[in-house]
Amino acid sequence: MKDFNYHSAKDSKEASKLASSSSAFLAGGMTTIPSMKLGLATYKDLIDIKNIKKLSGIKVSGKSVTIGAATKHVEVSNSKDVKKAIPSLSSLAEGIGDPQVRNRGTIGGSIANNDPSADYPSACIALNATIHTNERKIEAAKFFKGMFETALKKGELIEAIEFQIPEKSSYQKHPNPASRYAIVGVYVAKHKGDVNVAVTGAKSCVYNDKEMSKALSGNFSSSSIDGMDLDSSEMNTDMHASAEFRASLVVTQAKKAVDAC
Amino acid sequence: MASLVGSRVERKEDKRFLTGKGRYTADINLVNQTYAIFVRSPHARASIKKLNIDKALKSSGVVSILTGKEIADEKIGGLIAGWAIRSEDGTEMKCPGNPPLAKDNVNFVGDPVAVVIAESLAEAKEAAEKVEVDYKVLKAVTSTADAMNGDTIHEGIDKNLCFDWLLGDRQKVKDAFDKADKVISIDIINNRLIPNAMEPRACVADYNAASEEITLYTTSQNPHLSRLIMSAFGNVAPEHKLRVVAPDVGGGFGSKINVYNEDIVCSWAAKKINRAIKWVAERSESFLTDIHGRDHVTHAELAVTKDGKFLGFKNETIANLGAYARVFGTVTPTYLFGPCATGVYEIPAAYTNVKAVYTNTAPVDAYRGAGRPEATYTIERLVEKASMELGIDKTELRIKNFPTAFPFKQTLVHTVDSGDYVAGMEKAKQMADYKGFEARRKESEGKGKLRGIGVTSYFEACGIAPSAAVMSLGCGVGLWESAEVRFNPTGQVTVYTGSHSHGQSHQTTFAQIAADELGVPIENIDVVHGDTDKGTFGMGTYGSRSLAVGGIAIVNACKKIVEKGKRVTAKMLEANPEDVEFKDGEFIVSKSNKKKTIGEVAFACYLPGVRDEMKSPLPEGDEPGLKETSFYDPSNFSFPAGTHIAEVEIDPETGHVKLEKYTACDDFGRIINPMVVEGQVHGGLAQGIGQALYENAEYDETGQLMTGSYMDYTMPRADNFPEFNIGYTCTHATTNPLGVKGCGEAGAIAAPPTVMNAVIDALGGQEVTMPATAEKVWKACKNLKKSNVKAA
Repeated sequence: MKDFNYHSAKDSKEASKLASSSSAFLAGGMTTIPSMKLGLATYKDLIDIKNIKKLSGIKVSGKSVTIGAATKHVEVSNSKDVKKAIPSLSSLAEGIGDPQVRNRGTIGGSIANNDPSADYPSACIALNATIHTNERKIEAAKFFKGMFETALKKGELIEAIEFQIPEKSSYQKHPNPASRYAIVGVYVAKHKGDVNVAVTGAKSCVYNDKEMSKALSGNFSSSSIDGMDLDSSEMNTDMHASAEFRASLVVTQAKKAVDAC
Repeated sequence: MASLVGSRVERKEDKRFLTGKGRYTADINLVNQTYAIFVRSPHARASIKKLNIDKALKSSGVVSILTGKEIADEKIGGLIAGWAIRSEDGTEMKCPGNPPLAKDNVNFVGDPVAVVIAESLAEAKEAAEKVEVDYKVLKAVTSTADAMNGDTIHEGIDKNLCFDWLLGDRQKVKDAFDKADKVISIDIINNRLIPNAMEPRACVADYNAASEEITLYTTSQNPHLSRLIMSAFGNVAPEHKLRVVAPDVGGGFGSKINVYNEDIVCSWAAKKINRAIKWVAERSESFLTDIHGRDHVTHAELAVTKDGKFLGFKNETIANLGAYARVFGTVTPTYLFGPCATGVYEIPAAYTNVKAVYTNTAPVDAYRGAGRPEATYTIERLVEKASMELGIDKTELRIKNFPTAFPFKQTLVHTVDSGDYVAGMEKAKQMADYKGFEARRKESEGKGKLRGIGVTSYFEACGIAPSAAVMSLGCGVGLWESAEVRFNPTGQVTVYTGSHSHGQSHQTTFAQIAADELGVPIENIDVVHGDTDKGTFGMGTYGSRSLAVGGIAIVNACKKIVEKGKRVTAKMLEANPEDVEFKDGEFIVSKSNKKKTIGEVAFACYLPGVRDEMKSPLPEGDEPGLKETSFYDPSNFSFPAGTHIAEVEIDPETGHVKLEKYTACDDFGRIINPMVVEGQVHGGLAQGIGQALYENAEYDETGQLMTGSYMDYTMPRADNFPEFNIGYTCTHATTNPLGVKGCGEAGAIAAPPTVMNAVIDALGGQEVTMPATAEKVWKACKNLKKSNVKAA
């Protein structure tokens, strides 16, 4: 790891002011630090945002759950309010990584990184989330741009994520046996008007599966997607799973999610 | 006094480990030490055109940079294979040179070419990046099955073939197969594994210019053996000027038997720069450069009669040695494999043929079980298939071919002294509720799941090994073990053992043995190991040998103490030595009330006189002091055995295999500490089940390790396992005074075929290779569906 400057920002304004083209925000550091240690990333400045009070905490209103960007996974999974409002979100957080990761990793860090196999991006898509930054509000559907790519501009800091409370929802993950990231994770959420079927792990970026959403919006039953033959041409292939297997898993996990709703 | 052997004595080691006071190699920091970073080949096979260290030398904090050239110039020797194997045609095996730093050619990703020594770790790393190596990249050979058809890796080693070895009689086997009603055949792969000790390898080398002695602290399972190799073959220093210390070591599983490049280079370099050097592997270096395990491709056949008697066995195996042949690299796929490949069965004719090949991958060597897991996987997968094809119950078929009497003369090499395989099978069946399986299978079917049951009956040859026998077969050293038992004048005891504990609990179990033998409270006994300056010599710990060989040396040394104690007591109490009995720490003159405690005797041995009298308690011929040494050479291997039964449930939609039940019923002979044995069994099972369902080392065709981190190499975790159901039968080993056999490797030996037999049973007999990953199983489930549709 190369030398770098460490800053601890006291508020978003200071954090944003410190940001430059050779800086990174540091929350849990679950990706940033290993990348630096492996020499895959180098930064001149690391701007620690963990100590910004405003960025941590969970608020629940009648319609939404808002989680501060620096809130740790363990805080989400342990929150009684989240468990009551959106139980699937709580269990998603409980299934991220291992206890060490859950005690350091943050929700903001996860979605800003937008790992194609991360769990939280699927929750954002399925639960029609709004990403609150220090500059604007971004709809989840427009936030996740591609592999490790988001709509965030340099120096733009996620402050909170606001999830819409669905009627029913469930997240079902087929984990990579080694890393326990999602080989495929499917987040099904039934809202008043329609059903979202957010898929992570299968392609280069999280997406809402239109075909299954449509079928489930018509009839919210796993039978309506049973045997569905998804196009695997854009799906990932790696040593842990072929595209063909992933395509099958997307349907299987979606069915499981619907049945669990 | 109650016997401690057999009881769950709490581990003496636990206090320091659980309170973070263990002292591992990386915890050792010496005054004025420097830090080493190794520059490693990023290519699997290349020649080195040019190596330029000029820029790196100018980097801040650099103390020295050494390359393969200096190593070669100073004739610092390479790494060696410790066992010479002869091919079927009588030619000796072919081994390439393996310099500690490569000079001309690199042969696997991670092969070191230079060492950078600097004032700090960060500076060493930075300078290492500035070492310029110009490689001519060559086509790598990575596939085990195709290695003989690849480019020649090492000059003069045709077909990349180290040896083509045969054990057994081909003609006898042919005759047996001619008489068979049926031949069962199988093609299997024993997947490559990475040992993954919790503590990465590390070393700290120090040079004392005054005594001209090098001290090497290193993560070793056998410090004396390391010293011998480094001295005799490495030319690092003569043995009396080289001290090797292996302090607390956090797991080895065979991966820390070897002397590694870094041990030799750091020891040699410390003397050169006259400063201490510290090197600690990063986890990615462990993945790349620790020895790997297994990696066999096997075709095997079993000739049977229609009622299920085994007539003959053939085993044709290609074993991958990796880039170089290392210490146990050549014996693991031969004498540790072939003799065990006929399993626990009476098979009149058998042979095992092994072609050992070089590839551009990390060296493959002994990993927990070493050869015996591969042997057991071969025969037990074959027997399971035979049971399916013959329509004979898998347990009945096994029992039908078990030996009926002991000693059991095996087809190929071993004579198994004791055992009761039928009792083990019956108990395992009962523990696993074998009878109730069909009901559980139906229940799973009701939930849309597939359920399978798998059985393995295994034996293994451990407690290695009788020196004359192994040396006749090519071993470079004798595999005896030494112990020294030393009384202090005030009655406490220090036991020096040549065995090494890196998780095996010797400080507890060996103390239990000595406490019983000497009648001294266990808290007054210390067990010391892991330092060539303490204890006479040692061959180290591997092959489940510590108790069956090292433990017996302790017993024998204790017996010598007792014998001397009897003589001294006799003199002191004016009795005949033959009339002195020893019991529970007291020497008693029979038919009298005269006695001395062993503490009194020890005191008298060290202070042999009394005030106002010219009188010695020592009989003529006995010297003062109370210390005895034993070198114990076993008369035979020891042969643990048992039956394991696994049950899995498969979700055909996702291919997920859930291990529902695992039953292990083992015969380890006499058990010293049941709690320690349970730990060993659990650990072995975790690694064995890991091989069957999770772990796999994978190289791509260019020789890059694809599974070089825990993101891709699946280490099993606690939630992958059910509660293990563990039980024992017990027949004492007849070849050693404790009746012990060994337990460290059994789980890793028996579990892979047990789990795979269950998976394949659930899949209607379809073969899947290890590890049975979700995708492989999912595909098999799809095939099953198709064939069911056809059948309907």
